[in-house]
Amino acid sequence: MQFSRFPGITLALAASIAVIGCGKEEPKPQAAAPAPAAAPAPAAPAAKPEMVVKLGHVAPLTGPIAHLGKDNENGARLAVDDANAKKIEIDGKVVKFELVGEDDQADPKTGTVVAQKLVDAKVAGVVGHLNSGTTIPASAIYNQAGLPQISPSATNPKYTLQGFNTAFRVMANDVQQGSVVGAYAVKELGAKTIAIIDDRTAYGQGLADEVEKAAVAAGAKVVAREYTNDKATDFKAILTKIKSKKPDVIFHGGMDATGGPMLKQMRELKLEAKFTTGDGGCSPELIKLAGEAAEGVYCTQAGLPVDKLPNGQKFVEDFTKKYGQIQIYSPYSYDAIMVLVDAMKRANSVDPVKYLPEVAKTSLDGVTGKIEFDEKGDIKNGAITVFTVKGGKLETLQIQGGTAPAAK
Amino acid sequence: MDIFLQQLINGLTLGAVYALVALGYTMVYGIIGLINFAHGEVVMIGTMVAFTIITALASAGGVPTPIIFGAGLLAAVMCCMGLGWGLERVAYRPLRHAPRLAPLITAIGMSILLQNLAMIVWGRNYINFPQMIDKVSYEVGGAIFTNVQVAIVLTAGVTMIGLLYLIFKTKLGAAMRATSQNPHVAALMGVNINRVISLAFIIGSALGAIAGLMVGSYYEIAHYQMGFMLGLKAFTAAVLGGIGNMAGAMVGGLLLGVIEALGAGYIGDLTGGFLGSHYQDIFAFMVLIIVLMFRPSGLFGERTGERA
Repeated sequence: MQFSRFPGITLALAASIAVIGCGKEEPKPQAAAPAPAAAPAPAAPAAKPEMVVKLGHVAPLTGPIAHLGKDNENGARLAVDDANAKKIEIDGKVVKFELVGEDDQADPKTGTVVAQKLVDAKVAGVVGHLNSGTTIPASAIYNQAGLPQISPSATNPKYTLQGFNTAFRVMANDVQQGSVVGAYAVKELGAKTIAIIDDRTAYGQGLADEVEKAAVAAGAKVVAREYTNDKATDFKAILTKIKSKKPDVIFHGGMDATGGPMLKQMRELKLEAKFTTGDGGCSPELIKLAGEAAEGVYCTQAGLPVDKLPNGQKFVEDFTKKYGQIQIYSPYSYDAIMVLVDAMKRANSVDPVKYLPEVAKTSLDGVTGKIEFDEKGDIKNGAITVFTVKGGKLETLQIQGGTAPAAK
Repeated sequence: MDIFLQQLINGLTLGAVYALVALGYTMVYGIIGLINFAHGEVVMIGTMVAFTIITALASAGGVPTPIIFGAGLLAAVMCCMGLGWGLERVAYRPLRHAPRLAPLITAIGMSILLQNLAMIVWGRNYINFPQMIDKVSYEVGGAIFTNVQVAIVLTAGVTMIGLLYLIFKTKLGAAMRATSQNPHVAALMGVNINRVISLAFIIGSALGAIAGLMVGSYYEIAHYQMGFMLGLKAFTAAVLGGIGNMAGAMVGGLLLGVIEALGAGYIGDLTGGFLGSHYQDIFAFMVLIIVLMFRPSGLFGERTGERA
């Protein structure tokens, strides 16, 4: 990260040399200074002055879902690289974006610590966090600092219900997702009885509650409600109990790291119920962990399938070339960065106070679809896609809601 | 009833693993009174090493399955023995005469160090542990179990019997028991206590490696943080049975496994849905507290005065 400042310094030096050449008084170069305190802006024709803008990104980079955290960060990195390649000019200066990546370990306490760290590092905006459980407590800190925060993946409705004008998300929330999953299980999968497992995190529990509501509303009966935790590996005891209640469908509110082993143990116990899960379990990692047991799993992702979008194709290509397989949320973290960059461009400022109102007015054709926010900061008309696992791959079954951007 | 039987089988398999790991804690504690908190990480390293060897041999092709499995086990056991010896030599021996708290904190430090080393070497992701035995399911009285589960319980049983033989029937075992009772007097009687303590670590770690391979084949996943919770549970099992006591660790492990499984299975029904299956760990620890209230040195523990 430190090396990336060198071009900035060289440019500023070049600029100041050009200034001396013009016979004016020499301004002190301060290229390494962060965002708003910008480098001097003499109108040197040789090189446009450059300004470094730091953007924060937070996701768990260690722990059971580190693979998802890395995926998010890579999405954000790709966005930063793409934005830098465009040589965007704001306030007459060429902006060089810099990503400050932090690890919150999917732990709410650590989440607030790194949030404060980013605020102290004077980032211009934050993309994150990954989990609802970390995003919600951290959002208060960003709000106090007046920093725009866009979560690519936190789906718990509470996040945008706190009345913070700084909190946004580019993904449909659990109320939208839960109602689709619950209704799908009852209407399409013919579930009369349903068993629900959640991992007691803000995400798992929140989504499971919404699924329960929707399934009951659609006429199914919840025969078992069981709990585990996000670091567990043994699910046989709760699965055995669920087996005795003979549900048609099981819903798991949790991540792929627990979903994979759970599926294997289900099949081992000859528990034949259909398995459904939300976005946290809707990844290639789930298929890798569960192997054959993943066949016939139903899962949902909040958003449109990336490869179905005109802008998505290019993203998939670029991303896989650089970082390998997409897990789940990297297209969303890509879009989240682009929303921030776009708002800065329209506000012609990188000052959070000035460009925050522009974030709310976003209307961007992202790689995940059209991005517009409602008054709470939730994405308008968020799409939900239902997938099933067939031949070791996720296949699109149904898309609900969402507007695809026009082809370019 | 079939559900009860199934839960019992679930619990016994889990318990067998706990018991094997608990033996590692109890051996070390019994001899030098140190709680080796890095033992869970030794188990994890065992799983990881076995994973590396097995996948390497399997992808090389042409090697028969039993040899792959045997090589994985052997490599894991050797590596963990080396690790156990190294831990004792580097981290604990220099602190043997230091106050109690120092080696305890060192142990926690080693645990964190090993976790992070494993993260660097094997990455952050969950690893698919290759399944070497073709899984066959059996059904008895409505309860289902696999040959992997049978293998786990049998291996654990055989290993434990071997260990009991070692401790109570061999010269080395006698030296260990003597060191455990009074290291100074044992040294005066010609027992090389440094060697005995090293061996306790080495044997305990070998058991950990076996347990690691069992956990890997049972759940078919491995992760650099997997040793932490497993270690904590096994430590609880050792305390429940009476730490320092071999039979106690075995019974404690099996008991803890069964309590957990039955707790998760029945706590919801027993309390009319007031407490759910997320209280399964609390249930296990409550049993521990109640046992310790009535038998402060565990189920099989002897009153050991100031050593306890």
